[in-house]
Amino acid sequence: MLKVALVGNPNSGKSSLFNQLTGLNQKVGNFPGVTVDMKSGIASIGNDTNIELLDLPGTYSIYPRSLDERVVINLLSNGEHAEYPDVVVVVVDASNLERNMLLFTEIKDLGIPTILALNMMDVAGKSGFEIDAKALSQSLDSSVVVINAREGSGLDDLKHAITEAPEKQGEFKSFYAAEELSQELVRAILEKYPHKNGYRAYQMAQQLNELNFLSPDEKEWVAGIKAQYDFQDKKLQEKETLDRFALIKKRLDEALVIKPVKAGRSLTDRLDKIFTHKIYGYAIFLSILFLIFQTIFAWAEPFMDLIDLGFSEMSGWVHKTLPEGILNDLIAEGIIPGLGGVVIFIPQIALLFAFIAILEESGYMARVVFLMDRIMIKFGLNGKSVVPLISGMACAIPAIMATRTIDSWKDRLITIFVTPFMSCSARLPVYAILIALVVPDKNFLGVFNLQGLTLMAMYLLGFVMAILSAYVMKKLLKTSERSYFMMELPIYRSPRWGNVGITVLEKSKTFVFEAGKIILAISIVLWVLASYGPGEEFDRAEAQVRTAQPNLDESAMDNAIAAYQLEQSYAGHLGKLIEPAIKPLGYDWKIGIALITSFAAREVFVGTIATIYSVGSDFEDEGTIKSRLRDEINHDTGGPMYTPALGFSLMVFYVFAMQCMSTVAVVYRETKGWKWPILQLIYMSAVAYLSAFIVYQWLS
Amino acid sequence: MKTAAQLKPGEKGTVAGFSDSDMSLKLMEMGVLPGQEIQFKFAAPFNGPRCFKLRGYSLSLRLNEAEAISLN
Repeated sequence: MLKVALVGNPNSGKSSLFNQLTGLNQKVGNFPGVTVDMKSGIASIGNDTNIELLDLPGTYSIYPRSLDERVVINLLSNGEHAEYPDVVVVVVDASNLERNMLLFTEIKDLGIPTILALNMMDVAGKSGFEIDAKALSQSLDSSVVVINAREGSGLDDLKHAITEAPEKQGEFKSFYAAEELSQELVRAILEKYPHKNGYRAYQMAQQLNELNFLSPDEKEWVAGIKAQYDFQDKKLQEKETLDRFALIKKRLDEALVIKPVKAGRSLTDRLDKIFTHKIYGYAIFLSILFLIFQTIFAWAEPFMDLIDLGFSEMSGWVHKTLPEGILNDLIAEGIIPGLGGVVIFIPQIALLFAFIAILEESGYMARVVFLMDRIMIKFGLNGKSVVPLISGMACAIPAIMATRTIDSWKDRLITIFVTPFMSCSARLPVYAILIALVVPDKNFLGVFNLQGLTLMAMYLLGFVMAILSAYVMKKLLKTSERSYFMMELPIYRSPRWGNVGITVLEKSKTFVFEAGKIILAISIVLWVLASYGPGEEFDRAEAQVRTAQPNLDESAMDNAIAAYQLEQSYAGHLGKLIEPAIKPLGYDWKIGIALITSFAAREVFVGTIATIYSVGSDFEDEGTIKSRLRDEINHDTGGPMYTPALGFSLMVFYVFAMQCMSTVAVVYRETKGWKWPILQLIYMSAVAYLSAFIVYQWLS
Repeated sequence: MKTAAQLKPGEKGTVAGFSDSDMSLKLMEMGVLPGQEIQFKFAAPFNGPRCFKLRGYSLSLRLNEAEAISLN
């Protein structure tokens, strides 16, 4: 199958084109050896022929400035790469042709058959540019196709050009012979690597540190050659860029007609007056955030209830249908609820990502980055940290993956480190039950609901801790790395719903597979810990309870047995083991069990305490758990166990504690090592423990 | 010498060169070349990034990035 790579500047419409060509026929994988998402898909180009399409990260040139962008040069200059394309399509924004052309000329010179796809001709027309595609094709000596990626027009021409491209590639002629800037060095490299073309050989010297396919020996050799010929990489790169732009201008002059247009204030200019205003700008941003969260919670709830019901029905059905035994229990009590715990978050995550995709597609997100950059820098973050932090309020896993667009490693690391402090949707069930228990359902100042205010305070607390921790890390981490902001503010346009839909699908899938694997594994382990116990006491549970409380009815008996078994299980023993450590926070061994089980995922807390307080199969019914918890007696004081002091201590603990295995795993993957996830786990647990201790001692 | 950071809203200037060589490579890739006319549009509050118009598009730069561009 023909392999085709899509390349282009950010905002050039590359992803729209990718979606147009592949539809839902796409998947996200990893580039071999690096943790950068590789979006690929299958597209039909007619006559029963399919091509494999690869969507490369958006970049302004083949000289990368972020982790994502590094993929481009590593793929396109390495003929042995498993994903090395047969044809490259460079998508350019026709309204901004000169700047977009830089990347095209660089890629053409790497010697792969290259097609220029002129996108946004309508915008160019309005700005007074008229481009003669045929003349451009002649002056560039390349295939040029006019497309409209938003509407999907011109795709047939593009497909036709793709089919023809490999044969059409005659003798290679470079656009600009950068290799002539250092002829002796290039000749020396070509002697050792005769199959490379001149520009690739030149790039080996230019981007020695970026190329990950060279072995240490090869790197050493190239470094030696560079020293031998006194290769001045920066000076040469500067000359190359200037020369390329000069040549681009010359070539474009032959094909570009510029008509004077009336210079009126465009819609984008007028909208920017409001959206980047020093007061309205922030007010609008906060209102949008507020609206998003209101909507997420309101709209997601019915779906979440439905999923919840579905999984407990399924669990019950399996329990009745399969023959009794370990397998039955494992599936009905371990695996299905474990899966349910993952799936239940899909509605919230899908909605949040739909909103983020709309904000990004419309061009508004770039303004948020613009507005927030200065403020975030003060705290060691960066304007681009805003998107991960907001996403973190749905789920830290996709949020941490979204930090890859941050080009400074230090800023990115700090963002990864503090994002889990943002209250994610898994904390919500924990907050919900505890708030219902200890905060009266009354109004404050007549309008604000006290419970709602408490919930908001928990979210704010997490945010404040994220910012403060970032500030401390900024002071501790020393780096000499430069960070660039330089970003295009794209024009405002209405989002393409197809693109939004595909993003939502992709993010939800990533969440389910990333988090799902781990949560599933842990829930099996937890099930084992809670279903088996040391010694005979565990097996004798039923007899014990029946002799102690013979007058219970059927379901109360089952519940009492389950509770007794849990106490005698490995999990119960673990809970008792850690009781001395958590006593100062106000917790007993029962809460200890819940802390241990919810270490895998926070939301497990509710299910576990429900089981411990023997609510049995009705445990999704909040009312029932609430009354059980309310009746729970603290054996030391004789009063109720769930006092406001305990409730707040637990809530604060869950605001700060890591309590999420999937996040640990994704941080490990993104930072390529155990150092940062372990530090993060220790730090967050320490903050959680100390804060819960202070809250409990202060309130009780 | 005047830098792009000293332009007033709406004011235009012509790029003469750069005072920072690392930054200049990235700026040039964004189309900020010597001889290029740029117009300052607006800035984010608290000395935040600035937005410039050039080649028909809007480029936002941090203060230090704008300061690296010297004007004629």
